[in-house]
Amino acid sequence: MKLHEFQAKERFRAYGLPTPRGIVATSVEAAREAYGELEGDLAVVKAQIHAGGRGKAGGVKLVRSADEAAEAATAILGKHLITKQNGPDGTLVRTLLVEEGLPIDKEYYVAITLDRQLEMPVLMASAEGGTEIEEVAEDNPDAILTEVVDPVRGLADFRARRITYALGVPKPLARKFAATLVKLCQAFLGDDASMVEVNPLVTTTDERVICLDGKVVIDDSALFRHKDLAGLRDEGEEDPTEVRARKAGLSYVNLDGNIGCLVNGAGLAMATMDIIKLHGGEPSNFLDVGGSASTEQVTTAFRIILEDASVKGILVNIFGGIMRCDVVAQGVVDATKALGLECPLVVRLHGTNMKEGRAILESSGLAIVSATDMKDAATKIVEAVS
Amino acid sequence: MSILVGKETRLITQGITGEYGRLHTLACREYGTNIVGGVTPGRGGSDVEGIAVYDTVSEAREKTGANATMIFVPAAFAADAVEEATEAGIELIVCITEGIPALDEARMKRIVSAAGARMIGPNCPGVISPGEQCKVGIMPGFIHTPGNIGVVSRSGTLTYEAVWQLSELGLGQSTCVGIGGDPVIGTTHIDTLAMFQEDDDTHAILMMGEIGGTAEEEASQFVKDHVTKPVVGFVAGRTAPPGKRMGHAGAIIAGGKGTALEKMEAMRAAGIAVAESPAALGSTMAEALAARA
Repeated sequence: MKLHEFQAKERFRAYGLPTPRGIVATSVEAAREAYGELEGDLAVVKAQIHAGGRGKAGGVKLVRSADEAAEAATAILGKHLITKQNGPDGTLVRTLLVEEGLPIDKEYYVAITLDRQLEMPVLMASAEGGTEIEEVAEDNPDAILTEVVDPVRGLADFRARRITYALGVPKPLARKFAATLVKLCQAFLGDDASMVEVNPLVTTTDERVICLDGKVVIDDSALFRHKDLAGLRDEGEEDPTEVRARKAGLSYVNLDGNIGCLVNGAGLAMATMDIIKLHGGEPSNFLDVGGSASTEQVTTAFRIILEDASVKGILVNIFGGIMRCDVVAQGVVDATKALGLECPLVVRLHGTNMKEGRAILESSGLAIVSATDMKDAATKIVEAVS
Repeated sequence: MSILVGKETRLITQGITGEYGRLHTLACREYGTNIVGGVTPGRGGSDVEGIAVYDTVSEAREKTGANATMIFVPAAFAADAVEEATEAGIELIVCITEGIPALDEARMKRIVSAAGARMIGPNCPGVISPGEQCKVGIMPGFIHTPGNIGVVSRSGTLTYEAVWQLSELGLGQSTCVGIGGDPVIGTTHIDTLAMFQEDDDTHAILMMGEIGGTAEEEASQFVKDHVTKPVVGFVAGRTAPPGKRMGHAGAIIAGGKGTALEKMEAMRAAGIAVAESPAALGSTMAEALAARA
């Protein structure tokens, strides 16, 4: 679950981390008032969307008066901001963060994430703050420093000091800087984040260390123990069909093709998409109904697939283990009848109770094409939609 | 012989009185697994179809001499269950539970490794050695046949698909290991490949991966350096878009890294025969064996 910048900074403050003073605004008038309340000359108006690359896309503006703040808000609010991360349609900006401007001295990049090779959380930092880390990794990988974070104790003080000195943070600020790193790691562990990124973490000419930006992703699997964080989810930023699928306990990802897929198991679901493509078709989705889907869930899965108007045919690929093929077959028949399905439907059932399952499909009188294996299924559905 | 599980396995189930724990424990017993007990806190002294239930793992181990456990407890309590099994001295911990927080997985892994125990999973179908009639997991037993192919995979149902294709071609399996689809897992492709290389009953290996991370690339390098047996590979997710999680917590192309094509390329560079299509998992193995013969 991704957080917005203003939410991430609220979490930072909860862990005692310094952030700029800021006010959330959802209207031009509120942005104008926010400028006044901040009392400084310089302020920053920032679009609150999940995609990165907002600055270059025009979603972050420096302002020096209430009028300029209102002007910036007018230019950003209610518009679709297209960054290099969010695709051709961009994201509708509904919220702004108006923040005080700071006398920035230096900018650093800091992030904490789970390193899959080390199987431990890792703190990454670079003195090239403000730049995207992917670019630094490409051009100057040695500029990225790392320290391991103990998943129980957090970042050891000596590690925080070591990376701070290695970054060349000026000595008078080193203690504050190291303490900030330790607290960021506490926020990462305490909130069960899968990523915390501060780009940039700045030092100011008046000797402060401040999280100027904030990106936080919370591990969905850990939300059960963070009931207070669950409310931070912004469904407006997500694909509506993916939201509905998640609520139905289905794992769904929307794709560009025209062949809908309904599969049990994530690996088999990916392999089913792959084989459709290998036979010249294009999958319209990834959909894993899980290990033990009920008849109702199969019907919901069909509804979700059919919400995508580009779907011209559906392939059901089930390898029954825990899941019985006869239960799936009944679900397919019920859904087909209930939804008045008109597009071609190819069903491949294998595993537990497959004979009973196939018999249910055959005796249903519906125009369901049965397939014997994955190759047969892919060939038949690609033929049917072309 | 086989790896990880076999005739010497003395299995308990943690979470045996839950719906799935019960269902799969009984299915494992029916397949031939030596189930010696189960654990559910507060249900000690009762039984599940004649299988004794204990309150704690240490008590179960003391009374039954269990050396392996299969964990079905809910995600919120799974890390504790793994630590309990480790502390009790259980050597093999097969954690079926899915949806465990990633940081719990990192903590579990360190505890298990420090104790010198072995964990399979979490979020996995388990392990089966058909020739020794030992199944520790949720896979359908009947698709497996005894033989000499070792199977290692991050996926569940895709593994069943592969096993079925192998069995159809008369290629039985020594052991099939589902290592799980999460970012932090107890036993990796490399760990499993090393065990298959040492196992006399395993003559060839089918390794199945998926998008995300670099485990397949590292495993390919390991095959090149240390595995002399024929290896067939497959990677699921060549059509997966970047930045989207494909069901499994670990199946995500992040920052342009972890694509299926990169992984397949690494496999080929290591001399692994790559099955392009998921319908050709069995036939690619048959061809690889014919080429060696």
